[in-house]
Amino acid sequence: MAEKTSETPLLDELEKGPWPSFVKEIKMAAETNPMGSDLLNLLERSYREKICHWKHGGIVGVLGYGGGVIGRYNDLPEEYPHIAHFHTMRINQPAGWYYSTKALRTVCDIWERHGSGITNMHGSTGDIILLGCHTDALEPTFQELAKNGFDIGGSGSDVRTPSCCLGQSRCEWSCYDTMAACYDFTMTYQDEIHRPAFPYKWKFKFSGCPNDCVAAIARADISFIGTWRDDIRMDKDAVLEYADRGLDIQKDVVELCPAKCIAWDGKELCIDNRACVHCMHCINVMPKALRPGTDTGACILIGSKAPIIEGAFLSSVIIPFFKMEPPYQELKDLVEEMWDLWCEEGKNRERIGEFIQRVGMGNFLEAVGVEPVAEMVAHPRENPYIFYEEYFEEEDEEEEEADE
Amino acid sequence: MAIDLKDRITDIGPPHYEQFLPPVIKENYGKWKYHEILKPGVLMHVSETGDKVYTIRAGGSRLMSIKKIRMICDLADKYCGGHLRFTSRHNIEFMTTDESKIDEIIEALAELGHPVGGMGKSITSIVHTQGWIHCHSAATDASGIVKAVMDAIFEHYANMDLPAKCRIALACCLNMCGAVHCSDIAILGVHRRPPIIDHKNLRKVCEIPNVSASCPTAAIRPATVEGVASVEIIEEMCMFCANCYTVCPALPLNNALNDGVSLWVGGKVSNARQEPMFSKLAVPYIENEPPRWPTVVNSIVNIIDVWRKDARNYERIGEWINRIGWPNFFKKTGIPFQKEHIDDFKHAGLTYKRSAHLTY
Repeated sequence: MAEKTSETPLLDELEKGPWPSFVKEIKMAAETNPMGSDLLNLLERSYREKICHWKHGGIVGVLGYGGGVIGRYNDLPEEYPHIAHFHTMRINQPAGWYYSTKALRTVCDIWERHGSGITNMHGSTGDIILLGCHTDALEPTFQELAKNGFDIGGSGSDVRTPSCCLGQSRCEWSCYDTMAACYDFTMTYQDEIHRPAFPYKWKFKFSGCPNDCVAAIARADISFIGTWRDDIRMDKDAVLEYADRGLDIQKDVVELCPAKCIAWDGKELCIDNRACVHCMHCINVMPKALRPGTDTGACILIGSKAPIIEGAFLSSVIIPFFKMEPPYQELKDLVEEMWDLWCEEGKNRERIGEFIQRVGMGNFLEAVGVEPVAEMVAHPRENPYIFYEEYFEEEDEEEEEADE
Repeated sequence: MAIDLKDRITDIGPPHYEQFLPPVIKENYGKWKYHEILKPGVLMHVSETGDKVYTIRAGGSRLMSIKKIRMICDLADKYCGGHLRFTSRHNIEFMTTDESKIDEIIEALAELGHPVGGMGKSITSIVHTQGWIHCHSAATDASGIVKAVMDAIFEHYANMDLPAKCRIALACCLNMCGAVHCSDIAILGVHRRPPIIDHKNLRKVCEIPNVSASCPTAAIRPATVEGVASVEIIEEMCMFCANCYTVCPALPLNNALNDGVSLWVGGKVSNARQEPMFSKLAVPYIENEPPRWPTVVNSIVNIIDVWRKDARNYERIGEWINRIGWPNFFKKTGIPFQKEHIDDFKHAGLTYKRSAHLTY
């Protein structure tokens, strides 16, 4: 830009090499928008000083929504005036991240008119991220996007934008229609996505099989991981084909099965399906020969999160198997039951996983009306400190005798 | 600013995905039978109906200009009937039913600077957070480290030459917007200096009880400092999680002299073979070295090289370490084991070695 020579020797180093360069992308945006050149110069300064120059949050948003816009201001607005305001808008992605070029171009045109022209495709939770919006431009950007069928996603203490793997659209392993489920839950909980009313964030993630391509078990408050109950489908000829093509079935399939439920005699593969733990390894190695069964659904787990505050958790089983069929009412009832309890009893910034740790899984299950089953634990408790809530008195026994 | 409420649209949700599906995807939805990786970055899915779709996966940089998105749209218009998709790891996928177009698409992508790969036993794009580009609590940059690391290990993106898949992720602070804690290799920005309290402004911008309550180790207590209501921090109890800073802007932790990067290894989310597991600490601290973070890059290259040569087929980093044991991981990689590796947070004792199962 004319007003500032773009001297960025450090960032220029990151234009070299075979991997796509984000610096080139910012420079492309800077060709037509001074926000890009200010961003480049401010980032160069961060690279020199080894510190970021963004101030803490600030409450900005669009009318009637409490989430979906992350306020961002730089701490040197006189020197970098074009990015004095540089807010993020999270735009709810279409399930499975499929686009028509027409829709993508529409988003680009709107973002060219109102913002920096810089995006993330996509953010970690899954949204389209529009990076760098002036406060005054938030509402017009939103309304133009809305007129073209797009809406804002979640942020803060609300339902975060749900996300899913591409599921049955292009994967033979998907044990339920993840995109349909994700879209359905997203539409049901529009109010909860846009208007934060929880102790902290709540994430829905839908994975079609135990390979878990959207990392549901690591980062969703409720994780829907596709699985099956019947037998792995097998094409015996295709098994032989893999063997002929040089796959060492004994070493690479049989010996790596965690349940030790596969046998191979050089001609025939035998699976003890009742012992199978549905890990996916054999299917991953021989996709042409093996497939999940046809009695499919999802294993539903609860409570994963990153470390802040009580440490990182993986989700744990709450429903071992559920047929994932619309309208998913039983699941929604359960989710809402959990929300009621968590909103009533949860502490500020306490994820549901932390809440469950604090009150105890047994008490949590009782409160939300789910029966405990052995599938919920890796093993039963090792300590004898059981909280019994009731005990007998001498009189109880006498009363009982009197009743007889 | 006056907002015209008439005709205002809200709560419509995302566009329905069906309108964006390429015809072959729409027609074979739920009917896919099997797939094969034809070569690095190229998938073939075969349907029960006999239809085939070829997918070309290209690396993206996550941060994209609208100019680039339009160029990618041009490519999808030319070869893919105006459809494309993105993956959960910032890759861009182009789908076609015409096998003869695959190489043309790969060439066109190369011209745009987007290499093809990231399938099977390879490293795929690194998921990451905003870093110094857009975050207030970043202890390091995100895009810069990712670019430098991917350049250095690019051969493992473009070829399927590893024992198993390897998933790398980066988060620029402990908030972990990217949930990196279950990655084969996690790069995590860390602060190492307790917050510098802005006593003058704290009570104006923060609720003191909330600030106290936000500290997982109860190191923050209400205090009157120079006649002003504020807080005090017991510095030896601070483990630099920055939860207080998230709640209160008057407690910044960012510090050029002390911020840096830690490396974690052996996590996974997939259930394949061994159960999902967390990543564990490999390197507690590496100082920030912009623009190309050579120590971080070399450490990661070293871990991948040692794993690649030592692991059995299909063993991901965590599964390999579970077999050889952590002492051997440190021995083989040459990474020094030190005090910081031993957990001292809640339930730390569960991570101590409580058997005589050791190798000599």
